Amino acid sequence: MSSPTRPATRTAIAAIGLRKAYGEKVVLGGVDLSIGEGEVFALLGPNGAGKTTIVRILSTLIPPDAGTATVMGHDLRGGAGAVRAVIGVTGQFSAVDNLLTGEENLLLMGRLLHLPAAERRARAAGLLERFDLVDAAKQTPATYSGGMKRRLDIAMTLMGRPRLIFLDEPTTGLDPRSRYTMWQIIRDLAAEGVTILLTTQYLEEADQLAHRIAVLDRGRIVAEGTPDELKRRVPGAHIRLRFADATSLDAAARALREGTRNDEELELQVPNERGIRSLRDLLARLGDDIAVEDLSIHTPDLEDVFFALTGSASKEQTR
Amino acid sequence: MTALTTLAMAAQDSATMLWREIKHSIRLLRLLIVTAIVVPVVMLVLFDYVLGETLGHGLGDAARGALYVDYLVPGILVMTVAGGCGPTAINVSVDMTGGFVDRIRTMAVVRGALLAGHVGVSVLRMLVATAAVTAVALLLGFRPKASVEDWFAVVGIVAAFSFALAWLSAAIGLVTKSVAAANGSTLPLSFLLPFLSSTFVPADSMPAGVRWFAANQPFTAVVDSLRALLTGAPAGNTPYLALAWCAAIALVSFLWAQAAFRRGTGDMIRIT
Repeated sequence: MSSPTRPATRTAIAAIGLRKAYGEKVVLGGVDLSIGEGEVFALLGPNGAGKTTIVRILSTLIPPDAGTATVMGHDLRGGAGAVRAVIGVTGQFSAVDNLLTGEENLLLMGRLLHLPAAERRARAAGLLERFDLVDAAKQTPATYSGGMKRRLDIAMTLMGRPRLIFLDEPTTGLDPRSRYTMWQIIRDLAAEGVTILLTTQYLEEADQLAHRIAVLDRGRIVAEGTPDELKRRVPGAHIRLRFADATSLDAAARALREGTRNDEELELQVPNERGIRSLRDLLARLGDDIAVEDLSIHTPDLEDVFFALTGSASKEQTR
Repeated sequence: MTALTTLAMAAQDSATMLWREIKHSIRLLRLLIVTAIVVPVVMLVLFDYVLGETLGHGLGDAARGALYVDYLVPGILVMTVAGGCGPTAINVSVDMTGGFVDRIRTMAVVRGALLAGHVGVSVLRMLVATAAVTAVALLLGFRPKASVEDWFAVVGIVAAFSFALAWLSAAIGLVTKSVAAANGSTLPLSFLLPFLSSTFVPADSMPAGVRWFAANQPFTAVVDSLRALLTGAPAGNTPYLALAWCAAIALVSFLWAQAAFRRGTGDMIRIT
C-alpha cells in the first residue's frame, strides 16, 4: 500500500515554532516540520486545522507571527526570492486563467518564468500531452471538468520544473476517477525525485501517497510518522462477531474466553493479533453449533489513528 | 542582480501581463463594446434627442449659443472613460479572488507587473472607447470647434483622466472581497459622479445641497476643460485644474493599490 520511507538525504523544509494568529484566533500554535528532499509529506487534518496556513507561510505568501523556516536551503526571511525560484504551488482553488486557453495558460507561465520561446512551446506541448489535455488545449477552462482544471493547474506549476511542490488539497471536490488520476500524477512526480508537501483531509490519500504524515489538529501537530508507525499507535486489530440472540452470544463468550462483549448489540469483539491464524483458531473454537450472524475483520486505519489522536468523537459515533 | 537586468525583468513581466490583459479584452470584446461604447452612445442619444430640447433651452448662457449636443458630448466622453472602471475592477478582482495573484506571488515575477498590465490595458480600452464614441458623436451632429493644439490638449486630458481612473479601479478591485462587490463599487464612478457634475447641466443650476460638491469635484473640472477646448471657448485654468485632479487621483490610487497588493489576499481570507 504505502511506499517505503525514503532515507532523507538533505533537508527540503525545516521549520521551527511556526505560529500564526488572526486576531484572537490562533491558527498555528507552534509547528515544527522537517521534510527531506525527495520525500512526499502529507499534512493531514480537518478543515480549520491550519494546513493551508502552513502552505501559505512556507510558499512565501504570508509571514509567520513567530518561528523560522528554511525552504530548499533558503531562509524564508530574506530569501523569499530564492525560495520562489525553486518551488511550485498549486492552491486549493484552481488558479487557472479562465479567459485564456489551456495552452495559453501554460505559455503565460513560461513567459513569467522567462523561458525562451522555443522552450516555452516545447514544455507546454509536453505537459499538455502528459496531462491528457491535448484535445482541450485550444479551449478555455470554462469548458473543462474539475479534474481537467486541476490537471491544468498542476501542469502550470510544473512549467518551471520546481524541485519542491506544494499541493493544497489536490483532490478535494474531484470525482473518484479524477482523484485516482491525480494520485498517479503525484506518484509520478515523487518518482522523479520532486519533494512534495501535500495537504489533505482524506486519510486514505495520505496513506496512499505519503512517506510521512503529520496529523494536524487545531494548529498543532498531534502525531507524526510513517503511515505504518501511526497505525501502530492505536489499539490493535480485532475480529467482530455479531449474533442472532443472547444465547449464542453467551455460548460464544464461553467458548472464546477473551474479548469484550456488547450485550445490546449482541456483539463480541476479539483481539486479532495474528491475522489468519487467529481467525482460524477462533472459528475452530466456535465450532459448528454457535450461529454467527456476521463476522468482520477490523484492521486499524488512519481514521482510527486520527480519531484517537485528535480526541474527537469515535469513528462509530460520527459515522 | 544588476539594476539593468532588474529593469529588463520588470519590462518583460509587464509586457507579459499586458499581453495577457489584451487577450482578456479580446475574449470579452462583445461585452466590452456594450459597456464601453453602446452605453455612452445610448446616453448621448437619450439626452440629446429626448431631453436635449428642454435642457438646451434651460442652459441659457452656459451653452454660449451652441447646440445642446456640443455642450453634452464632452460630458459623455468623460462618462465613457468612467464606464471603463467596472471592467478593470472586475478583472483585477477576478485575479485577486481566483488565486492568480497568489500564484504569481509564489513565483519570481516582478511585483508591479500584474497591475501595470491591468492599468495599461485599461487606459488603452478607455482611449479606444472614447475615440469610438467621439466618432459616433460626430455622426450625430457634434461639431467641435477645437484647434489642433486644443485637440492635443483634449487627448492629453482624456489620457490623464483614464490613467487616474484606471489606477482607482485597480485599487477598488484589489480591496473588494468579491467580483460582484468590485463591480458595484465602481458604480458611483461610472454613474453617480457624472450626474453630480457638469456633465449634463451646469453645476450652478443645481440645488444648493449638491451645488458646491458638483462645482468642485474632479469630474466637473475634467468636463469643463474638455468642453471649453472642444467648443473653442476660453479654457482659463480648467485644463490645469483637471490635470492636477488626475495627478492627485492617480497618485493616491497608486499608493492605495500598492499597499493592497502587498497585503495580498492572505491575511484577510481563507485562513484554514
